[in-house]
Amino acid sequence: MNITKTSTMNAYMRGRHLIAGALVALVTLGCTGTTASSTTASSSETNVKKPSGSIIVYSGRKDSLVEPIFEQFTKDTGIRVEVRYGDSGALAAQMLTEGSASPADVFFAQDAGALGALSKARLLASLPSKTLSLVPKEYRAANATWVGVSGRVRVLVYNPNLVANPPKTIDALLSSEWNGKLGYAPANASWQSFVTGLRILRGEVKAEKWLRGFAANEPKAYASNGAVRDAVNAGQISIGLVNHYYIWERISVVGEANFVARNQYLTAGDPGGLLNVAGVAILKSSDNKLAAGAFVDYLLGKTAQTYFAQKTFEYPLVAGVPTSVKIPKLTSLKPPKIDLSDLDTIAATQELLVKVKLLTR
Amino acid sequence: MTAHATSPDTVLAHRRGRWHTRTRSGRRPPFLLIVIAALTALVTLIPFVYLVDRAIELGWANVRAELFQKRTLDLLLRSLALTGSVTFLCVVIGVSAAWLVVRADVPGRRVWQVLLILPLAVPSYAAAYAWVSWRPSMAGFGAATLVLTIVSYPYVFLPVAAALYRLDSAQEEVARSLGWRPWSVLLRLTLRQVHPAITAGALLVALYVLSDFGAVATMRYEVFTWVIYGAYEAGFNPSRAAILALALIAVALVLVMGEARVRGSAAFSRIGSGAPRPQSLMRLGRLRPIALGFLMLVVGLGIAFPAWRFVYWIGEAFRVSTPIAEVFAALRQSLWFATLAALVTIVLAVPIGILAARYRTRTVMAVERSTYVAHALPGIVIGITLVFVGVRLLRPIYQETPLLVLAYVVLFLPLAVGSVRSSVEQSPVRLEEVARSLGSTPRRVLTRVTLPLAAPGLAAGAALVFVATMKELPATLLLHPTGTDTLATRMWSFTSTTNYAAAAPYAAALVLFTAVPTALLSRFLLDRATGHSDVVQH
Repeated sequence: MNITKTSTMNAYMRGRHLIAGALVALVTLGCTGTTASSTTASSSETNVKKPSGSIIVYSGRKDSLVEPIFEQFTKDTGIRVEVRYGDSGALAAQMLTEGSASPADVFFAQDAGALGALSKARLLASLPSKTLSLVPKEYRAANATWVGVSGRVRVLVYNPNLVANPPKTIDALLSSEWNGKLGYAPANASWQSFVTGLRILRGEVKAEKWLRGFAANEPKAYASNGAVRDAVNAGQISIGLVNHYYIWERISVVGEANFVARNQYLTAGDPGGLLNVAGVAILKSSDNKLAAGAFVDYLLGKTAQTYFAQKTFEYPLVAGVPTSVKIPKLTSLKPPKIDLSDLDTIAATQELLVKVKLLTR
Repeated sequence: MTAHATSPDTVLAHRRGRWHTRTRSGRRPPFLLIVIAALTALVTLIPFVYLVDRAIELGWANVRAELFQKRTLDLLLRSLALTGSVTFLCVVIGVSAAWLVVRADVPGRRVWQVLLILPLAVPSYAAAYAWVSWRPSMAGFGAATLVLTIVSYPYVFLPVAAALYRLDSAQEEVARSLGWRPWSVLLRLTLRQVHPAITAGALLVALYVLSDFGAVATMRYEVFTWVIYGAYEAGFNPSRAAILALALIAVALVLVMGEARVRGSAAFSRIGSGAPRPQSLMRLGRLRPIALGFLMLVVGLGIAFPAWRFVYWIGEAFRVSTPIAEVFAALRQSLWFATLAALVTIVLAVPIGILAARYRTRTVMAVERSTYVAHALPGIVIGITLVFVGVRLLRPIYQETPLLVLAYVVLFLPLAVGSVRSSVEQSPVRLEEVARSLGSTPRRVLTRVTLPLAAPGLAAGAALVFVATMKELPATLLLHPTGTDTLATRMWSFTSTTNYAAAAPYAAALVLFTAVPTALLSRFLLDRATGHSDVVQH
């Protein structure tokens, strides 16, 4: 494979500067070398050793959300954590480029799609069943390469001063009474995950039909979910499509009495109420899988799960950890059933959104 | 997003039209210089090699399928439309502003000159956020055009202002004595004379717009860079990204060659550069309030508006908490990276710049132009390339400062090369010849004559790289040492969650510390244009 590529390249470069050809060979050699080394890189794990040392975590979750829990982990276990923050998709692209030479031990992603892409490229190690069994089947990878840590559901955020009876289904949003009064964040990953879910649940044709109806209602576009929430709160629009925790993030700063907007949860099974998870995986190439495993287990342990439930108002995915009293229980919501690994077709979603003129101008 | 473009003062060199005399002296370029320059240029070609490798990894059929589809054509048309409209507006604004503050009786001309250059210090993503945080629904072609025009018109303004300063007013006086009206002198003579500066500035703007991501992403206008990012981050399809990036290089090459053709004939219509003489200022009369209004509008949109937004958000930020320590830590990191990048880049640019100024052989021109290949690419492409190469071949420095600095060198080398070349061109070759004839070795000539004479130009080039590095985001995000933060990465981290209040102190520090070298740079370039630092007039 590599030999063919080199000869094609050389044919292509023939007649050009020799040095450029040599450079191609050099870079191609780089690929070959890595492929060879990756086959010998299987490490043997020992179960008796206590996890120690340090790990590198690529975190698609923002530092303001997760840094406290990382610090707590180091305090409790003595394992040092070096974190690279970034956008989940960009970090996944970086790890795909790094391949088996990645310095990362752990990937903590904002959504299942980015984890799915790495899993497909066979860069993720299998997690032990003891770890996996902590989380219900629907919130982890079928091939055991990643596990969900916390969940969020899509909701409608509405302004009670403007809307007495907010809709409970996404189809009700298409009514002309909401023309020009809706808001969404076209570039936001959670919105795009919702659309991906819609495509999976209803099929491409019906999904496109709903999106066209939504576009016809002239929704206002914002840079982020937070901006949608603020616009609803200020009464600039009546209803926005966001994640459930956005109002709580704000209320925890200004107090419930000083905040107008409220959440409307969608009816059981409605595609608008999609549940997506933040998840974690261990890289196959990690040179400290023991400590990486301890980190994953810590995120699924009581301390971290309680932190995500109480501080970031997310849904803890491990049984026995109570959800914040401010938000309805997952069992009462019944979000639509979907295989989260299928949410990795974001590119197709974006093309559809461009087609119906909801992503770009 | 990446603020790279050729030095505005390469334009000064374009007006010289001297290069046809260089090789006639019969000297061969020093071998050592050629070797160093060629090695440097090879490093900047690594992204190109990587992209070709990635583009064809799924076969030529895949390349054809990606390229020949309607969506790619739409992308091309949108990219060209945006590039065209921004370039056109930048030429209109840049040329009129330059003429007003150099050749018309506008009050406070020197103050205006500095103010008009300052938007260069505002990264496109920061400018875009300033607008979106004010009017969240701003988006699309018009909004992207507005933001990109406001941050990039100085690329036209600066060289045109410098060129206007250098104009010999004798020709204008002759034209007037022949009965030409003032306006036809301006349109038929003056603007024609500075036309090489205009086209060169327009090229810089066009290349900048092609490679920008920050403004088009924030304003949601789908162009090449947007789709390249999407191919990496949403499609996880580096092949597609590589194919589109190569298409982008092709567009940029067409622009570069087109500009060379347009400039080609004009470059030799050299205007005598005698001793600078006072130029007469055009009386605006009743048009003066309109002219002042125009300048105020440009400066208002480019500087006052973002400043107002940042101050507003800083106020909000300090009501919540005072992140002074973190802002200073990020500032220190930014300054450190930018200083290192500026020094290394200028050192590597010296051999190429000297060769390009003194020995315009085919090899030299090939070496110089090859540094521009990486220049048309968005930062993420350079970043991903160095991730690929770094993790495999340079593992010990992967995600360490040296590899990050290498990325800055690849991105910004053309800025420094342009400055070195034009400043070496400006210092008289005869001084070097005299030193030689007095028995100095070539190395001594280089260190005692050529480099000291070019020193101000080297400083200007370093300042340009410094400013560009401070603003750089995508390559920094991919390659920074784990655990370090720069002003740009902190700002990104907050704006991506729409926490404008928390982002504002970083944005303000970034603009402030970028504005200082920018202002110094503009003073230097304009002063040099008026002849202050020329040692010998000839």
